[in-house]
Amino acid sequence: MTDATLGAAAPRSAFSAADERLKKRHRAERLFKAQGMAAIIIAMVFLVVLVGRIVAQGYSTFETHTLSVPVYLNPDRIDTSDLTGVNYDYIVAEAVMKKLGVQDDDLGTVSTKVQDLVSRDFGFQLLNKLKADQKLIGQTITVSGPLKADADLYFKGQIERETAEGDRKLDNQQLDWLDQLKKAGAIKSGFNFAFFTNSDSTEPEQAGVLGAVVGSAMMLIITALIAVPVGVMAAVYLEEFAPKNRWTDIIEVNINNLAAVPSIVYGLLGLALFINWLNVPRSSPLVGGLVLALMALPTVIIATRSALKAVPPSIREAALGVGASKTQTVFHHVLPLAMPGVMTGAILSLAHALGETAPLLMIGMVSFVPGVPEGFTGAATVLPVQVFIWENASERAFHERTAAAIIVLLVFMIVMNAAAVIMRRRFERRW
Amino acid sequence: MLTWLSLLVLALFSGAAFSAGRRRAVAAAGGRPRVLHSLPDYYGTYAALWAGVPAALLLLLGVMFGGRVEDAILQSSRPAAVQALELDRQDVFYSDARAIAAGKAPSEVTYEGELKTALDAKVAEAKRIETILKVGILAASAVLALAGFLLAFPRISTEFRARNRVEGWISVLLIGCSVAAVLTTLGIVLSLVWESWRFFQSINPISFLFGTEWSPQIAMRADQVASSGAFGAVPLFAGTFLIMLIAMLVAAPVGLYSAIYLSEYAKPTVRGVVKPLLEILAGVPTVVYGFFAALTVGPLFRAGFNAIGAVLPPGPLATYLMEVQNQMALVAGVVMGIMLIPFVSSLSDDIINAVPQSLRDGSYAMGATKSETVKKVVLPAALPGIMAAMLLAVSRAVGETMIVTMAAGLQAKLTANPLDTVTTVTVQIVTLLTGDQEFDSPKTLSAFGLGLTLFVVTLCLNIVALRIVQKYREQYD
Repeated sequence: MTDATLGAAAPRSAFSAADERLKKRHRAERLFKAQGMAAIIIAMVFLVVLVGRIVAQGYSTFETHTLSVPVYLNPDRIDTSDLTGVNYDYIVAEAVMKKLGVQDDDLGTVSTKVQDLVSRDFGFQLLNKLKADQKLIGQTITVSGPLKADADLYFKGQIERETAEGDRKLDNQQLDWLDQLKKAGAIKSGFNFAFFTNSDSTEPEQAGVLGAVVGSAMMLIITALIAVPVGVMAAVYLEEFAPKNRWTDIIEVNINNLAAVPSIVYGLLGLALFINWLNVPRSSPLVGGLVLALMALPTVIIATRSALKAVPPSIREAALGVGASKTQTVFHHVLPLAMPGVMTGAILSLAHALGETAPLLMIGMVSFVPGVPEGFTGAATVLPVQVFIWENASERAFHERTAAAIIVLLVFMIVMNAAAVIMRRRFERRW
Repeated sequence: MLTWLSLLVLALFSGAAFSAGRRRAVAAAGGRPRVLHSLPDYYGTYAALWAGVPAALLLLLGVMFGGRVEDAILQSSRPAAVQALELDRQDVFYSDARAIAAGKAPSEVTYEGELKTALDAKVAEAKRIETILKVGILAASAVLALAGFLLAFPRISTEFRARNRVEGWISVLLIGCSVAAVLTTLGIVLSLVWESWRFFQSINPISFLFGTEWSPQIAMRADQVASSGAFGAVPLFAGTFLIMLIAMLVAAPVGLYSAIYLSEYAKPTVRGVVKPLLEILAGVPTVVYGFFAALTVGPLFRAGFNAIGAVLPPGPLATYLMEVQNQMALVAGVVMGIMLIPFVSSLSDDIINAVPQSLRDGSYAMGATKSETVKKVVLPAALPGIMAAMLLAVSRAVGETMIVTMAAGLQAKLTANPLDTVTTVTVQIVTLLTGDQEFDSPKTLSAFGLGLTLFVVTLCLNIVALRIVQKYREQYD
């Protein structure tokens, strides 16, 4: 036994160097794996922080506070010959002051402070009501509308009483009034439908995304109508008909390079070609759609080509064998079978086009467009550009709206991407 | 409106041509469809194509270029009173004449005396030209449509190879579509080169590419001659390079390591979760990253550096750290790096997966651990592809616009300090081209000079990257 242990001890010392090395190697292995895992975790943390921050900044937009007050339409203040010239904001302020039980002073400081709490939307409502029916003058009607953005932020806890009075937009008295109105039941919170039914506005509480959503939709229609047919046909030619020669090689290299050209260069192209040379109206969905179509074209072509490649040659041979011409083979058999892949690629490149901003800045889409676009050649704005415009606005309430607009944009993109994934899962065929 | 109406009429006419052509073919067959060379629909399509397409093309050309032709004719004769005006005033004069003729609101310039009579004459002329052009184009397309139909219809007989002819049309269409891609490139190159050429006529290209002072605003003032030093783009290139470098320092290790982990270590379930999440990160629009950088990362970094500055013993460094701005190069670079992670990761993932399993198996058989196999066998084999992926990522970083527009500054500074504000080529393009534009000032045109530089640089990067990928892709097949 002792001999055996002795005998075993000697070789162990000989192997110990190898053991050490092995330990070291295993340590290196664990370290390497941990580094890989850390990279994944870092990427995931970035994703969570990015999405989390945007949701945290934006969710409060979907809640809004509305004020309802009985407004006395004082005949002394309303000049029936010039309805648009009436100072409705003051009439509303009077109504709110009455509700609060305060009097305006000679300088009008109280009414100015009250006007800072109430959206100008009230005034527009009164004007529209009076335009419809002048008999309302002298009566008292109940009007409800949004609070001014800063007052709304107070109820959402983003303007706090603890902040020094000089550092916030509203002073203590205004906050007291808001609390008083809230206690009296005049202020109610609810879902912010106006955010989805209004278009851009200089007043944060009246700004919404409808105009941008409609503009995006119109622009995507143009993009889809141009990029998808042209891209699919180009891919069909290159994949099925084109002879292999130097010209088709050039076209192929060209398409691969086009897919990697920075998007802002497409904007410069659009500015020089469509606006300065072809006189397409600036900042219209038409010119935006054209630029994005050129940008989406290479991706549609590449996606279609790979879908066509996936269709096995036996399909082509069978069709040719029963007497179909080359064109009939492609358009009756190969292309329909490749269609799910083609549509998936098309939707993905359209989703990408939906989020594109830089080229649109070049073609004048940064202008302020207060309504829903009038047509394909009228001025329009689109969702990502709306995000850019609002991000530049100085009012704090616009930051919240920017994040909310991003949420709307991301929802659209997720829907499109999900549609592409579902389509791929549903119709994918293994040959 | 008129164009849409005439296109509709044309479509109806083309439809009629289809049924007429089809009927003629069926009649020629005399109840025995088998004697026809092609299916009857092909005869109809043949007639419809000849009736519809040439005329439609002419109408389209009319829409696209009618205004320009009208302009050219209108400006071919210039009355003396107009010639006395400055050049851009003359342009306003002609656009007013056209606006009044079209019933739109003219500019607010008032015209008196001789100019007024000249304007009235031009308005009348514009109206006349517009009518002539419109009627002329309509008449010409009507003639084309009829002629096309009359050319095609009599040729229809049992022997006529209608299918081959229609397929000829189809292949022309297909070739036209693939040429569209080439035309796009051509359009990019021509428009950039043309506008840059105009820019380089007033600014020396050497001083543009190698000048170290960038301040286009100075050159804009009327009382100041554009000094050649104001358009030196080196600070912009330096800023772009700095931000790109920071972005790659974030994206390259994180992207590459996650690709290695996903392809070599991760279980299928992990892969199935992480890959779609990375795809989401890749699908987020860049304007969202810009918002994130400007309102979250910027203030966060600033607060962080300010806190460090407060902790440090007083000195120039502490003071400097206390004063850093939101718009430092580091913020834009880091956020751009986050944006590039999924891009680098998915490209590298594809490349690593393309390395044949036999290489790994050979390495394992020699007793190598997994990490040794990756480091010594898989990565060297995938190296060219990974280099190409990095080059593509660099090209993306150089051309990225929204993040830097929203999170980097506007001040052109020649610095290598990541805490300093820098500006990039793309930021300057955006700033120069948003807002009021005069298309003759070097200020606006310089954007095209920058665009051309950007295009050339990214094109070179892409070509090199694609070459590398193509050259090494089939090395192991």
